Amino acid sequence: MENKLSLNELSTQNNWAKTDEANHFSKMLRLYRQNKLDLDSFRRFRLQHGAYGTRMTDDYAMVRIKIPAGEIHPEQLTKIAQLSDSFSIGSAHISTRQNIQLHWVVLEDVPEIMLELAKVGLTTREACGNTVRNVMCSPLSGVCNNEAFDSTPYAIATAKFLLRNPLNQNLPRKFKFNFACCEKHGMDKIVDVGLVPTIKEYAKHIQYGFKIFLGGGLGNKSYVGHQLEEFTPIEDLLHTSIAVIRIFDRLGNRKNLARNRMRYLVNELGWDKFKTLILKERIISRVTQSITTSFEVDNNKTMHKINQTSQLVNLDLIMYDRWLNTNTIKQKQTDYYSIFLTLEAGDITSNQLRKLAKICEEFSQERLLRHGFSQDIVIRWVHKNHLKMLYSRLVSVGLANPGALTIASPVGCSGTTSCNLALTNSHRLAKEIQRKLLSLRIDQDDDLKDSTIKISGCPNSCGQHEIATIGFYGGGGRSGKDMYPVYQMSLGGRHDDHAQLGTNCIRIPAKNVIDTILKLISIFKQDKKPHDSFKSWIDKIVNSRSDTSIQSINDIKKLLIPLTVVPNKSENSDFFSDYGSTDNYHTRTGKGECAA
Amino acid sequence: MRVNMNNVTLNADLLLSEINDRDIRIIDVRSPKDYVQNHIHNSVNLPLLELLSNNSPQHLVKLIQSLGIDDDTYVVVYDNTFGALASRLVWNLLYIGHNNVSLLDITYDKWKLSGYEIDSKNIDFGTRLHTLHINNDILSTIDDLEKKIDNDNTVIIDNRERLNFLEQHIPNAINIPYKIFASSNKILKPQDELIKIFENRNIKNNSEIITYCGSSGTLSGLAYNALKSIGFEHVRLYANSFKEWKKLHKTIVKQDHANYWDLSAE
Repeated sequence: MENKLSLNELSTQNNWAKTDEANHFSKMLRLYRQNKLDLDSFRRFRLQHGAYGTRMTDDYAMVRIKIPAGEIHPEQLTKIAQLSDSFSIGSAHISTRQNIQLHWVVLEDVPEIMLELAKVGLTTREACGNTVRNVMCSPLSGVCNNEAFDSTPYAIATAKFLLRNPLNQNLPRKFKFNFACCEKHGMDKIVDVGLVPTIKEYAKHIQYGFKIFLGGGLGNKSYVGHQLEEFTPIEDLLHTSIAVIRIFDRLGNRKNLARNRMRYLVNELGWDKFKTLILKERIISRVTQSITTSFEVDNNKTMHKINQTSQLVNLDLIMYDRWLNTNTIKQKQTDYYSIFLTLEAGDITSNQLRKLAKICEEFSQERLLRHGFSQDIVIRWVHKNHLKMLYSRLVSVGLANPGALTIASPVGCSGTTSCNLALTNSHRLAKEIQRKLLSLRIDQDDDLKDSTIKISGCPNSCGQHEIATIGFYGGGGRSGKDMYPVYQMSLGGRHDDHAQLGTNCIRIPAKNVIDTILKLISIFKQDKKPHDSFKSWIDKIVNSRSDTSIQSINDIKKLLIPLTVVPNKSENSDFFSDYGSTDNYHTRTGKGECAA
Repeated sequence: MRVNMNNVTLNADLLLSEINDRDIRIIDVRSPKDYVQNHIHNSVNLPLLELLSNNSPQHLVKLIQSLGIDDDTYVVVYDNTFGALASRLVWNLLYIGHNNVSLLDITYDKWKLSGYEIDSKNIDFGTRLHTLHINNDILSTIDDLEKKIDNDNTVIIDNRERLNFLEQHIPNAINIPYKIFASSNKILKPQDELIKIFENRNIKNNSEIITYCGSSGTLSGLAYNALKSIGFEHVRLYANSFKEWKKLHKTIVKQDHANYWDLSAE
C-alpha cells in the first residue's frame, strides 16, 4: 500500500507541502557541490528548508519536519517511519516544539525526503532559519477542562497564513508562536508570541479572543513574556501577529547574533515603548491590509466511529493503575481521556511509529495524534471503556512506560548525539534519569507529580532547563589537566500561570546528576510541611517565602557540596568520560546554526 | 516463454502466469524448515546458508545441477526477508556464469498474502548439466578493494544501516543503507526513483561501483541488483565484506566526537 493520501483526504487535512521545493533543493545542493553557490548562501537556503547541520560534519543533515499545532495523522506517521528506515537511523526524534526530526541524514537524500513528505502533506519549510518556526498548540486544546475555547483552529490558521509568507522569510532571528489551552498548561510566557484563549462577556454578547504575551523566551539570557493588553479579540489576532513580526523585522538586532531574538529588543526598548510601537503598527495593519488578507479558521472537527469491542484483556492491574494515574487526563468531554506517551528523550523507533499509527486509527475518535511540549505524543478522544485495551496494545509495542505526566519524564535535547553546539550528552542523561526514577517508582509519588526535570547540553535552552523544577545545562569542568562533563543545576523554574525562570544552584559533575536528584528528593522529604509538593516547596524557597528549616537555595547547595567532589582519576576514570563514551571528556563544538 | 530474461526483477504476476513452465526454475532460498511448510508452487529449495557454508563455485554448480538447472534454464529467486538473501544467490549465479536469472519482485509473504499459488510438495526436476564460466568482473576481493580505495573512478558503497556505518567503515566508502532500495510493496523501487538516489549523489552509471555490507554480501547483494536494474555496468560485490576487512585489521574510519547511538530508541 502506498502511503499517499487521496486528494479528498488532503483537502480535509491540511496540506503544508509544496513539491517544487524538493526539486529546488536538489538544484541548489548541486550548485553548492559544484562550488557555484557559496557555503553561507547555501546554509541559509538549507535552513529555510528545514535541514539543519550535524555535529562535526558537513555531510549529514538533521531534517526537521514541522507538525503545525502538533496535529499528526496516522498516514503521516507511517511515512515518517519509512523515511527513517530508508534515510536516517531507524528512529525518529520528537522535539519539544512539535517537530519530528530525522537525524544523520545524508545531505544528498534531503530532496527525496521532502518529496516523500509532500505525498502526505508535510513540510520542512521554515522549520529552521530566521523565520517563524513551527506554530505550536497545547496538546490539550479542545479537551482541556480549564480552556475558554479550542485554540487549535487559530493555531492552524496562523501557521497557514505565515508559511511561505514574504513577511517572515528573513527576520533578524527565529520567531516562535505558541497557542495555549489555558494558562496552567500553556507555554505562553516563554515564547515570542504566546496566546491564551479567553472569553469576554459584553452586554450579554460573548466575545472570543486571546491574552497575548510578547517577548518571552529561553536562551543564554531568558525572559518571561509581557501581556500586551487585557483582551485581544480574535478579529485582531491577524493584525497583532503582523504588527509584532513587522516591528521585530524592522527594529530587531541583525548584527549581534547573541542578542537578536525579540526578547532582547523588548528589553532594550523597554516594555512600554515596545508595546506602543506594536499597537501603532497594528492600526497600520488594520487600515492597510487588503480585506482578502484574513485567516481561514476552520472550526469543523471530524470525528470517527471507533469499532472497539471492550474485550476482557489479561492485564497486570497494578501496572495498569500506575499507568492510568500517571499518563492520562480526563477530558472535558464526559467519558473521554487523553493519553500521554512518554518516550525516552523523545526517541521512537520506526516500528513503533507504524504500530502507533494503527493504534491511533483504532482508538482515537479524532483519528489523529497530538504532540505535547515534553518530547511526547498524546492520543486523545479515547473512550474510558477502551483504556485497558489500549494499555495492553501500548505495552505490546513498548510505549506504555508510566510517569508521562510526572517528574519521571525528563526532557533532554539532542546534545552531543547530533548537535554542533552541545558540550555534553544531555540526551543520554535524560534517558538514564528516566530509567532510574521509574525503577525507584518515583512516578508514583504524589509529592513529585507536578515537578519536571529538563536538560540542555549547553547554555542555549533547547532542553528548556530554565522552566524546569530541576533544570540542568551542560558544560566542561576541569581538574588539573583533566576535564569532566558537568551540569549547572537550577531550581524552581515554571511555565504555568506563575511562570518564572529557575534559580541557579550549583554545578554538578555529570556522573553525579542522578544521585543529586535523589538527594534533593530526600532533602525535600525531610524538610517539607505535610501539604508541600516538591514544586511548591522549591517555589517557596526560591521566592524567599520558606516556612521550613531549608531557607534558601544556599542551604540546599551546602547539603549538595559532597556531590561536587572530583575523585582521583586513577580511582574513578568513569567520572572523566561522558555518558555514551569511554573516552576522556573534552569540550568540542562546531558552528551553531540556531538551537532546538 | 514470454518473460524478458534480461530483467533484474521478474514481476510476480508474470511468474504466476508461467508457473507451470518446466524450463523455469523457481528457487526458494529460505531454510529447509520454512520451505517444507509451504512455498511457491513448483519452487525448489536452495537454502542460502548452504551456499554460504561452501563458497567454492564448483559447489554451487553441483547444487544447481541437482535442481535441474542447465545453462539455458531461466532461474527466478525469492526469499522472505526483503530480497537480500535472494540477491546474494542471484549474484552468485551470475558469478558462475549463469546469466538467465531474475529476482522475484516481491517477498514470499507478499506472494502468499496476494493469494498466489503455494504448496508444500517437494518437486524433483532431475539433474541437468551446467558449465562453469567464472565472471571475475563482478567480484571484488580485499586486494582489489585496497587498490581502488583512493581511485576517483571507483565508488565504494556500504549498505549497512546508518549507525553501523557511522561507527566504522572502510575508508572513502559512502553509505546507502539497504532499506533505501525497497518500495512499500516491492523489493526494489521503480527505476526512476532508484536513479534519483544515485543522481543526487552525483554517481554516474559508467563509474565502477563496489558494494559491501556486514559479513556475507547479502545487503550489498541487494544493492548490486538495484544498481544493475538501473543500468550500472561496472558493479562488483565485495562478497567477504566488512567482516573480512576487520578481521585482517585494515584501516577503519569512524565518525568521531558524536554519540549518535544514543539517538536510537532500539
